[in-house]
Amino acid sequence: MLDFAMLIEPDNLKLYADGLLTTLKLLLVSLACGLAVSVPLSVLRVAKSPLLYGPVWLYTYVIRGTPMLLQLYLIYYGLSQFAVVRDSLAWPLLSDASFCAMLALAINTCAYTTEMLAGAIRATSHGEVEAAKSVGMSRATLYRRILLPSALRRSLPAYSNEVVMMLHATSLASTVTLLDITGAADRLYSTYYMPFEPFLAAALVYLLLTWGLVRVFRQLEGRYLAYLAPRSH
Amino acid sequence: MKKLAVSVALALSCSGLALAEQPKQIRIGVEAAYEPFAYKSPDGKLVGFDIDMANALCAQMKAKCVFVEQEWKGIIPALNAKKYDAIISSMSITDERKKAVDFTDKYYHTPARLIAKAGSISGTPASLKGKRLGVLKASTHEKYAQKYYAPAGAIVVPYDSTQQVYMDLAAGRLDATSADSVESSVGFLKKPEGKGYAFVGPVLKDPAIFGQGAGIAVRKGDDDLRNGFNGAIKAIRANGTYKKVNDKHFNFDAYGA
Repeated sequence: MLDFAMLIEPDNLKLYADGLLTTLKLLLVSLACGLAVSVPLSVLRVAKSPLLYGPVWLYTYVIRGTPMLLQLYLIYYGLSQFAVVRDSLAWPLLSDASFCAMLALAINTCAYTTEMLAGAIRATSHGEVEAAKSVGMSRATLYRRILLPSALRRSLPAYSNEVVMMLHATSLASTVTLLDITGAADRLYSTYYMPFEPFLAAALVYLLLTWGLVRVFRQLEGRYLAYLAPRSH
Repeated sequence: MKKLAVSVALALSCSGLALAEQPKQIRIGVEAAYEPFAYKSPDGKLVGFDIDMANALCAQMKAKCVFVEQEWKGIIPALNAKKYDAIISSMSITDERKKAVDFTDKYYHTPARLIAKAGSISGTPASLKGKRLGVLKASTHEKYAQKYYAPAGAIVVPYDSTQQVYMDLAAGRLDATSADSVESSVGFLKKPEGKGYAFVGPVLKDPAIFGQGAGIAVRKGDDDLRNGFNGAIKAIRANGTYKKVNDKHFNFDAYGA
């Protein structure tokens, strides 16, 4: 017997609306930070010197090789156990659950995005690189004009997957006291002892968000990957 | 054919034996993060007042308790989903929960208190204005905080277990928590992390929220089990078993007035 009536009570609708804002804030901030840092890291990742690519390889290997829930717990509950951390300048930030969640999300998406971009850089056709060199481009200009723009474009389809996965990963924030969409559903679940209706409603919100994101990325792909499409008459 | 008959006879006799020797099992749902009532010993065993009390009640009913662990916020839904038959996990008997489950009589009753850094707040709702108050999700303490402290300007932060509340209280992410006085005293104040923290203000009172003490929850309409537990509670109160279990954990009578 399902009863969705409680979902449309004003207080509970507001809970979901606030949850939606929290989820979007977590997603957008962590994606922006993660992407910004991943661009230079991906350049280091494809460098020839082990001193340059080694640390980046280790970072992506560790982050991609461990569950994000664990990383979030380490950041939120783990770090706070040390007096050194609690007395440090970073504590006002680290004591904030919202910051901890964004940090964990950003570290994660940055690792995945770095590997994705590095792969795209490696897959750039040799002809393009040779052409650039033949007209006398320096390494910096080669990266700025040829490799990075092309790699970013070609990463779009894979990146849209990453963004959707990140949207779903934000639900972990509810485990550190944040009231995101999942947290809102969790609150209703524990208030009304009904697991099905609140979580089903939350799933629907995520589904709509995913649908929106996929549409945005399809537009972007149409625009930025047009040059790769088969020629039409 | 003969072989088949023999094996069928064997199987029947075996199952008959098994049925005869096994006492009735009662599956008990418990949240094991609530020292000293229900928690894990360092070697991973379930221990505490609730566990001992459950075993004493089951023994009185000539049955055997089988414990099933469950996170607090899902403990009532899991009972109704028949993951276990009863909840013996320091659950306060409240009108709201009675809509979802049936309760036995109380088996103990200890008051709720507010805990904060000694001397930091007076304990009145007004003194919590702008302060962060941690509570256990879906607990009576959360209800109380929403009713009295949130309107006065306190930020109520719900957690999945009281252990997480105490961690964040010690870390300074929270300014206060409201919790059971016995559980918070043993689970936090007497531990190294609880140094410098104390009960503030008077005992919290609101019968509509805190109910009449902790009872055993069973599924709606499961009167056999409920009456069985009620009889057993009376019996062990009378025959001294309750006192024995009580004295193992507390130096006062947890049954309350």
